[in-house]
Amino acid sequence: MTRYILRRLWYMFITLFIIATVSFFLMKMLPGSPLNAEDKLSESQKQIVLEKYGLNDPVPVQYAKYMGGLVKGDLGISFAFDNTPVTDILVDRIGPSALLGFQALVVGTLLGILLGLTASIFRNGPLDYTSTTIAVLGTSIPSFVFAGLLQYVFAVKLGLLPVALWGEFKHTILPTIALAIHPMATAARFTRTEMVEVLHSNYITTARAKGVTESGIIWKHGLRNALIPLVTVIGPMAVSLMTGSMVIEQIFAIPGIGEQFVTSVMVNDYPTIMGTTLMFAFLFVAIILVIDLLYGLIDPRIRLAGGSK
Amino acid sequence: MKRKFAWLLSLGLVLSMFLAACSGGGDDTSDKPADEGSDQAAEGGEQVLNLINGDTIPSMDPSLATDEYGFQFLGATMEGLYRLDENAQPVEGIAVDHKVSEDGLTWTFELREDAKWENGDPVTANDFVYAWQRAVNPDTGSEYGPYMMGGVIKNATAVNEGKAELDELGVKAEDDYTLVVELEHPTPYFHSLTTFGTFLPLNQKFVEEQGDKFATSTETLLSNGPFKLDNWTSTSNEWDLVKNDTYWDADTVKVEKLHHQVVKDPKTAVALYEEGTVDRAGLSSDLVDQYSTHEDYAVTPETSVFYLKLNQTRNEALANVNIRKAISLAFDKQALVDEILNNGSIVANGLVPKDFVTIPGTEDDFRDVSGDLAAYNAEEAKKFWEKGLEELGTDSVELEFLGGDTETSKVMNEYLANQLQTNLPGLKVTLKQVPFEQRLDLDTNMDYDMQFAGWGPDYLDPYTFLSLWITDGGNNKMGYSNAKYDELLNEAATTLAQDNEARYQNFLEAEKILFEDAAIAPVYQSAMAQLVSPKIQGVYVNPFGATYEYKWASVGSAE
Repeated sequence: MTRYILRRLWYMFITLFIIATVSFFLMKMLPGSPLNAEDKLSESQKQIVLEKYGLNDPVPVQYAKYMGGLVKGDLGISFAFDNTPVTDILVDRIGPSALLGFQALVVGTLLGILLGLTASIFRNGPLDYTSTTIAVLGTSIPSFVFAGLLQYVFAVKLGLLPVALWGEFKHTILPTIALAIHPMATAARFTRTEMVEVLHSNYITTARAKGVTESGIIWKHGLRNALIPLVTVIGPMAVSLMTGSMVIEQIFAIPGIGEQFVTSVMVNDYPTIMGTTLMFAFLFVAIILVIDLLYGLIDPRIRLAGGSK
Repeated sequence: MKRKFAWLLSLGLVLSMFLAACSGGGDDTSDKPADEGSDQAAEGGEQVLNLINGDTIPSMDPSLATDEYGFQFLGATMEGLYRLDENAQPVEGIAVDHKVSEDGLTWTFELREDAKWENGDPVTANDFVYAWQRAVNPDTGSEYGPYMMGGVIKNATAVNEGKAELDELGVKAEDDYTLVVELEHPTPYFHSLTTFGTFLPLNQKFVEEQGDKFATSTETLLSNGPFKLDNWTSTSNEWDLVKNDTYWDADTVKVEKLHHQVVKDPKTAVALYEEGTVDRAGLSSDLVDQYSTHEDYAVTPETSVFYLKLNQTRNEALANVNIRKAISLAFDKQALVDEILNNGSIVANGLVPKDFVTIPGTEDDFRDVSGDLAAYNAEEAKKFWEKGLEELGTDSVELEFLGGDTETSKVMNEYLANQLQTNLPGLKVTLKQVPFEQRLDLDTNMDYDMQFAGWGPDYLDPYTFLSLWITDGGNNKMGYSNAKYDELLNEAATTLAQDNEARYQNFLEAEKILFEDAAIAPVYQSAMAQLVSPKIQGVYVNPFGATYEYKWASVGSAE
């Protein structure tokens, strides 16, 4: 087990290294420069500023310098925010995004599982159709439309909640719901499909024959097995939720990382682009590792030791 | 196998997120905030305003700031030699008076002795010397330093390029309260330049103590202006401007606090205005129809001008003056400002904007005197077009139109292309719509035929616009060259520099030449539509530098 984890950590390192390399060279292909007033400067003036920021070096040299800093845990200084270390930006911005993402994940998956469960128990009945309709709408309506609707109805029309901005718990409610709609739909679809399959398998029939109560069958034998595939999708979904959504953050004026990431790409803020990409990548590979390890706990049938080929 | 490909999977996920994030941001048409009366109470008559800022403040370092928000908050928290008043005229700041030598090259500023930094240090001439040297020091990496000072202050460019020592820069402290500035050429508008953010003073001891941390948070800033920036770090989404009691003219400042929050989405901003959370909200073009009858609707004119650059070096058709003339007359601008922009922007028929500068002596607006030099006229356009085609010996021309890729730009690009094709038979326009950074690259390489571009002034003088098109000028980038034009502007900057009336005659003549040559096709002059609470009083909008001036502002009662 320890050997397995060590090997996985080594793979993780390689993965991040490749992502960093590919992102770095892709980023250098972006048009323009990080200068803010390049349309106002003469060529020689531009060169002086680029020299100061080390952007006149050949790209491989810049790459080596960046990776050298990275090894020491230095993500560099932002070009867009004067003298501000990228680490500060990430730390400042990830908080609101992670909180919203976490709330949305919990609310969304719990509601989704309930919806899916209801649908599978009352298969082909009105409850099933209602829950499926909700799931389809949740998948197909873009979150920004939904966010706009929520803002209009609950804040502008009814005045129950704040229109936007950040600070107190009440500010998180509408964006959480807007973000939760997608994980809810996904969870509902997965749960329903899996439950329908599980409820038709032989061991459920055996359990029924043994006289296990219906609730015991559903909760203990059914749902536990049905949730295993869901765990697979929840991991990446959790990361993408917690790393922020540009659109939701823009509509509700939330100081999150998703919005910051897009802005940094638009203004060629190289260190911030790299820092954000690497943080997202790290979260992804870390979550995937955690989930692979979790499988063993959730489902004893999946063994790790020795059988990884 | 799954594990083997884990890295591929994660890479794919990252990339897809990257792409997904880039394609977001579509227009949201679902919410229409109800037009219910916003009867928020003014906070018990307190001198407090709640405002929206369009983005975070990327820089509070006067030497490094380049954007409107940096200059906005530098202007509020600091004071340079002069400050712009209600009519954009420089009034006393740290300087109480100045004398200009007879050759116009030496400016001696007399500084007030009662001005203090927030920490109690007096503001002295040395603070200006230090700040200006820092702005052109190549080690600072400033963009606006060399841009604003180069060619104006003696040796600024040489110092920036490392060809002269820092102390050779033409700014000296004769004593603590006398600042002597030497210029490269006589610059009649120099005192209006000193109101600009790049020319603000800095307390050397404080800046050096803070080192790399300087101007990254409230604690690392030192104010000498009407307000202080509170609760701020460089990544803050929310902050306050609070009255600075140590400001020399603190008695004039009435507003106690201006709370700012970052809101980027105009629909959200308007909803917050309706909710009563904020006292001012900008309106994007698509929101104007809905709010133009709102009692708080207000239009503020701006001084940015937008035009089509006609590149004479890539397509031989555009090297023909009649073709260029035809293009500059062939689109209906009134419809564009009324229907597409719809925010108070006005038609531009010249280069120097309206309500920007007046002719010395008569005080008539420059634009009114210069008149309409390229007004829409489809008939005339067609005549020039046919003449041009004949000279080229062809009956069809294909041109590429380079424009921005935001929602509004796309609509404008399509409209303009359509107008040109309709009014100029035989013209085929292909659109190329790209993000801003890419457009700058294409502009630098002169890799376009027609380009939609714009310019905002950096100081109060027509030269800020007209110097764009000097032969081989850094911003020309369209191959325009006219010896007479160059000569007129050169005279204005050198031999005539001391005679403002003569300079303006040159400017008028130069602008005429520019449009006789149809070098550019002017489109519109921008304005900003907003909802502004009636309780905001005495806020001035500057034509350049800090957008809003709050020094003389006050909070009235919300009617």
